[in-house]
Amino acid sequence: MAGPGGDMQWCFSQVKGAIDDDVAEADIISTVEFNHTGELLATGDKGGRVVIFQQEIENKNPPQFRSEYNVYSTFQSHEPEFDYLKSLEIEEKINKIRWLPQKNAAQFLLSTNDKTIKLWKISERDKRPEGYNLKEEDGRYKDPNTITSLRVPVLIPMDLMVEASPRRVFANAHTYHINSISVNSDNETYLSADDLRINLWHLEITDRSFNIVDIKPANMEELTEVITAAEFHPHQCNTFVYSSSKGTIRLCDMRASALCDKHSKLFEEPEDPSNRSFFSEIISSISDVKFSHNGRYMMTRDYLSVKIWDLNMENRPVETYQVHEYLRSKLCSLYENDCIFDKFECCWNGNDSVVMTGSYNNFFRMFDRGHRRDVTLEASRENSKPMQVLKPRKVCAGGKRKKDEISVDSLDFNKKILHTAWHPQDNIIAVATTNNLYIFQDKVI
Amino acid sequence: MEVNAEARRILAVSISKLYASRTQRGGLRLHRSLLLSLVMKSARDIYHSSRESEGPPVGGEQPSTEEAMDACSGCPGEANPGHREPQPEPESVEPAPEDPEGCDGEITEDKENRSPARQSRKRRGKASAAPDFLPSKRARLEPGEERYAAAPLGSCCRAGAVDSLSALSLNRVIPAF
Repeated sequence: MAGPGGDMQWCFSQVKGAIDDDVAEADIISTVEFNHTGELLATGDKGGRVVIFQQEIENKNPPQFRSEYNVYSTFQSHEPEFDYLKSLEIEEKINKIRWLPQKNAAQFLLSTNDKTIKLWKISERDKRPEGYNLKEEDGRYKDPNTITSLRVPVLIPMDLMVEASPRRVFANAHTYHINSISVNSDNETYLSADDLRINLWHLEITDRSFNIVDIKPANMEELTEVITAAEFHPHQCNTFVYSSSKGTIRLCDMRASALCDKHSKLFEEPEDPSNRSFFSEIISSISDVKFSHNGRYMMTRDYLSVKIWDLNMENRPVETYQVHEYLRSKLCSLYENDCIFDKFECCWNGNDSVVMTGSYNNFFRMFDRGHRRDVTLEASRENSKPMQVLKPRKVCAGGKRKKDEISVDSLDFNKKILHTAWHPQDNIIAVATTNNLYIFQDKVI
Repeated sequence: MEVNAEARRILAVSISKLYASRTQRGGLRLHRSLLLSLVMKSARDIYHSSRESEGPPVGGEQPSTEEAMDACSGCPGEANPGHREPQPEPESVEPAPEDPEGCDGEITEDKENRSPARQSRKRRGKASAAPDFLPSKRARLEPGEERYAAAPLGSCCRAGAVDSLSALSLNRVIPAF
C-alpha cells in the first residue's frame, strides 16, 4: 500500500529466530497469534513449544512510534505421545493458539496439538516473601530451639519472573486430527474441531465435551469431505462456522438443536467449469476461515484465493482476491512437490479494511478492500535494516520479465508464509517464515 | 494420448504419496488421504474416458494395461493396518501382482498384499488352524455395514472389464477408523 496520501508504508521492525539456513524441524513455526490487546504475541512451533513476546513501547509519539516485542515467556506446551492402541505417534506440533480475554492479572491461552488442548496460565511474579520464622533464606529449616521471636514475613521486590502453568488439559475427545480451536464470546466455552467432528467444551470442565457437529458417514467409504477450520462468531455466542475440503462453509446456530449437523446457512460458490482440472478439488479446499471483527463478514482462504463473504449472502462471495493466480498453470508440479497441500492462513486488520495472507518465496499479500488495491511484500533478511521500508514485489507470470520482477520459475517453494497475524488495533503485523518471525509496522502509526 | 499419459503419471505419483503417508509421523492424515483419492479418481476417470474415445484397443495390449490400472487403482485400498476398523477381506483390494508398468515403474510389487491366487508360502497344517471355540481373528464387518462387493474387483484382474474398473470406488483409500 505504498503511495501518497497517508497510505500504509510497511517497515521492518524485528526478526526473531535463528539465522541458520539449516532449519531444525522443531523450530518450524506452526502458529502465530496476538492477544486481544496486542500487547502479547504468541508463537507455537513443531517442537511443541510456545514462545510469548511482549510489546514494549519505546516512543509513544507519532510519527516516531516504535515498539519492540521481546521474549516474555517460553514453555514446552506439548510433548510427543504414543497411542498404543493404534500404534501411532502423536505429534507435539502446536496447531493453534488462542488467547482468552484477560480477566485478571494473569493471561490465559489455549494451545492444541493433534489430539489434546491445554489451558495455560501465564502469570508474573515480581515479589517474593522474606523473613520466614521456621526457614532460613536458603530454605533450610532452622533449629526450633534458636527461635526466640515471631515475625511476619514481608514481600520484597525481585526480578520479574514469568511463569506458565497448565491449568486444564482437555484430552481424549478427538479421534481425528484437531485443526481448529475457537473461544466463544461468552468467555466460558470454546470449540475444537477435527476432520470429522466439532466439540464444545466448558473451560472449567475437562472430563467431558459436547459433540455439536459430526459429519462422519456410517460407511467411511462414502466420505467425501472433511472439516478444515471452524470459528465462533465474535459477538453471537450461539453462532459458529466451519469450512470443508469441498470449499463450502456452513454457519450453524447452536440454539436450533443440540447436534448442529443441519446448517443454518451454506456458503458455496459454483465452480468455474473452465478452470476444471485434476486438482480442482484440492485447490478449492478451504484452509482457513476467519470472521471479521465486526462480525458482518467472514474470510476464507483456499489454495489460490481469498474470498470475503457477507453473512447475509450465501450464493457467492462479495469479494475475491487472487493471491498467486500464476500458480494455476503449475498445479501439477505443486502436486508433485506437495506444495498444493499447504494450508495458508489469513487475517483481518483491526478495522476490517485490509486482509492479509501468505504465499511462496517468503512473499505475503495484503488486499485493501476499500481502495481495491493489493500489494506483495517480502519477509527476508536482506530487507531487515531497522525501519527499512519494504518495497513492493512483483511476480512475472510470463512474457518479458521487467527489472525487479521475479519470474514464477525462480520462486522458492520451500520458503512459504503460512501463518500471519495482525495486531488488533495498530498496524503491526507478525509474519512467520519457516523458522523466523518477522514483525513489521506501519511507518506512520 | 497426452491426457492419458498425464493421467497415468498423476496416478503413479498419487499412489507413491499414499504409501509415503503411511510412514509419516502423526499417522495418516484423513484430509490429505481424501484429497489424494479425489485426484486419483479424476485421473482414473479421465484415463478411462480418453481410452474410450480412442476406440477399441489393439490386441493383447489391453489386458496388461488393465491390470496395470488395477494395480494403480487397487493399491490405495490398503489402509494403515494400525488405523483400521474391521474391514471386508483385504484380499479384495489387493493389486494384480504382475505388470506395474502402467505406474511408470514407481510402484514395486507389494509383497504384503499379494492376491490369493499366488501360492502362499505359509504352511497350513492342522496345528495352525484356529480352534472353533476361540474368537476369529479375521477382519469382519460391524453389524449394519454393507459388505463390499468383491466380485467386480475380481473380474478386473481379467481382461476387458473396463466398466467394472470404472465402478471401482477409490474411497477405499480412506482408512476407516
